[in-house]
Amino acid sequence: MLDKRMSAAEIVAQIKDGMTVGIAGWGPRRKPMALVRELLRSDVKDLTVVAYGGADVGMLCAAGKVRKLVFAFVSLDAIPLEPWFRKSRESGALEVLELDEGMFQWGLKAAAFGLPFLPTRVGLGTDLAALGGLKTVQSPYDDGETLIAMPALKLDVALLHVNRSDWRGNVQVFGPDSYYDEWFAKAAAKTFVSCEELVDRMEDHYPEQAQDNLFERCFVSGVIEMPGGAHPSSMPPHYGWDMKAFKAYAAAAKDPGDWAAVQDRFVGVNEADYLNSIGGKEAVAALPLPIF
Amino acid sequence: MTQVTTINTITLAELCIFAASEAFRGNGEVIATGVGPVPRLAAGLAKLTHSPELMMTDGEAYLVEQPVPIGPRAYDDRKPAGYLPFSRFFDSAVWTGRRHAMVTPTQLDRFGQINLSYMGGTYRQPKTQMLGVRGFPGNTIYHANSFFFPAHGPRVFVPGEVDMISGVGYNPAKRVAGGNYSGVDLKSIVTNLCVMDFGGTDNAIRVVSLHPGVTFEEVQEATGFALEKAPEITVTPLPGAEALAVIAALDPHDIRATVIKDNPPAVRA
Repeated sequence: MLDKRMSAAEIVAQIKDGMTVGIAGWGPRRKPMALVRELLRSDVKDLTVVAYGGADVGMLCAAGKVRKLVFAFVSLDAIPLEPWFRKSRESGALEVLELDEGMFQWGLKAAAFGLPFLPTRVGLGTDLAALGGLKTVQSPYDDGETLIAMPALKLDVALLHVNRSDWRGNVQVFGPDSYYDEWFAKAAAKTFVSCEELVDRMEDHYPEQAQDNLFERCFVSGVIEMPGGAHPSSMPPHYGWDMKAFKAYAAAAKDPGDWAAVQDRFVGVNEADYLNSIGGKEAVAALPLPIF
Repeated sequence: MTQVTTINTITLAELCIFAASEAFRGNGEVIATGVGPVPRLAAGLAKLTHSPELMMTDGEAYLVEQPVPIGPRAYDDRKPAGYLPFSRFFDSAVWTGRRHAMVTPTQLDRFGQINLSYMGGTYRQPKTQMLGVRGFPGNTIYHANSFFFPAHGPRVFVPGEVDMISGVGYNPAKRVAGGNYSGVDLKSIVTNLCVMDFGGTDNAIRVVSLHPGVTFEEVQEATGFALEKAPEITVTPLPGAEALAVIAALDPHDIRATVIKDNPPAVRA
């Protein structure tokens, strides 16, 4: 049987210096934080990170792992301005490509379909194109419309956290919104998926939920079970975000303001150590879902 | 005497909610999105009074026909009637033009160009990093947008142009030949001082109504560029008892009292 199980260290070993890494989820939601933490424990550097950013982006920027950031926002929602991301931006440390949220997913779709670009009106009339070096194309049809050519956002690796998977990479994604996770998976040469629950054969356990198979297993290169793996971001319906943890993380950007001094607190020496430090996976499972 | 007591207790925030709800009148079956307490209450008020055809989400992924109150409440108070997650938001709402958003950017200039990305410095090294452009470039080229500002001043309504153009305005210098700008539709600006629109010369911003006791000169003084005047500037109307009851029901914790500094009354003392 096709068995794609890997350890977190094996997954991160697939990420080399200078690679482009897409991180799925959205702001403080559905982030593959356990895999991001493993990346933070590694020596990998000079990454291009592509994300609808939250603490994943903040931490990687703070740790000096990011050479270039492709983003539309970086935010923790209730804490609108991600403080570690701000520090990195204001220090001039990052090369950036700033995109509109819709253009961003359009670029993932271009990559997924193997196209050099997809046309869009979005970006016209703003500073995005000039600042980001985006070019225009003209419709070859009678309308002759001028459009922005949104370049493909090709990823070497995508990291996702999903609700369930089996050993072969048959995922099930539920909760109210999957954001653009499937397009991260399809835009990447290799996609690694952590999950709340791993089973051997999906059809023997949850065949009635096959419609929750957001993307097919040919887009999955490796799987790992990491319950609580989205913490401190939310993972409905299992748990909500940990606002107390986000506040402590944000406060640390002011005092002491030095990531090296606090990385152990927010990353841990390994995932078991990290989970213990926040009260175990039971404490994560008990976090209430946010109300909007 | 009852009437007088009521008028004296109406707050400026409630007047702004009532004025902002007018922006959503007659929009048809579009997603009304209000970001922040006043815009969100305005959209809810519009739906529950004059424009029931409006569509809206619960703030997350579901469409609701009964606007969801703001602030703490039980998780299951929401009663979904439909589904509009972010994963299909651009396909369904934004890129089809079926939306009207009311938002509060950090800066807005005389062309209606807005900024919420960064202020000062450069693209590579901003002096002050903010959120990022989010969905504003797409929102502003595809669907209707209105704005709410709780503190009308020249740091918001900037002279010249905004630092980083994150949303399309009516600036002819920013229009690429052959581009389709037919979806650009900036509607209303509601502030703690007045209501404005883009109905002036070449879509210039003009004052349409002044809140009770506010003068045009005061508004001009607080704005970094020259404002035009509507042919007849009116006094922004006060919400009636029905509107106030709807607002109170949608905001049971009185979060609206925290929006404008010192929560002043609608009619100046």
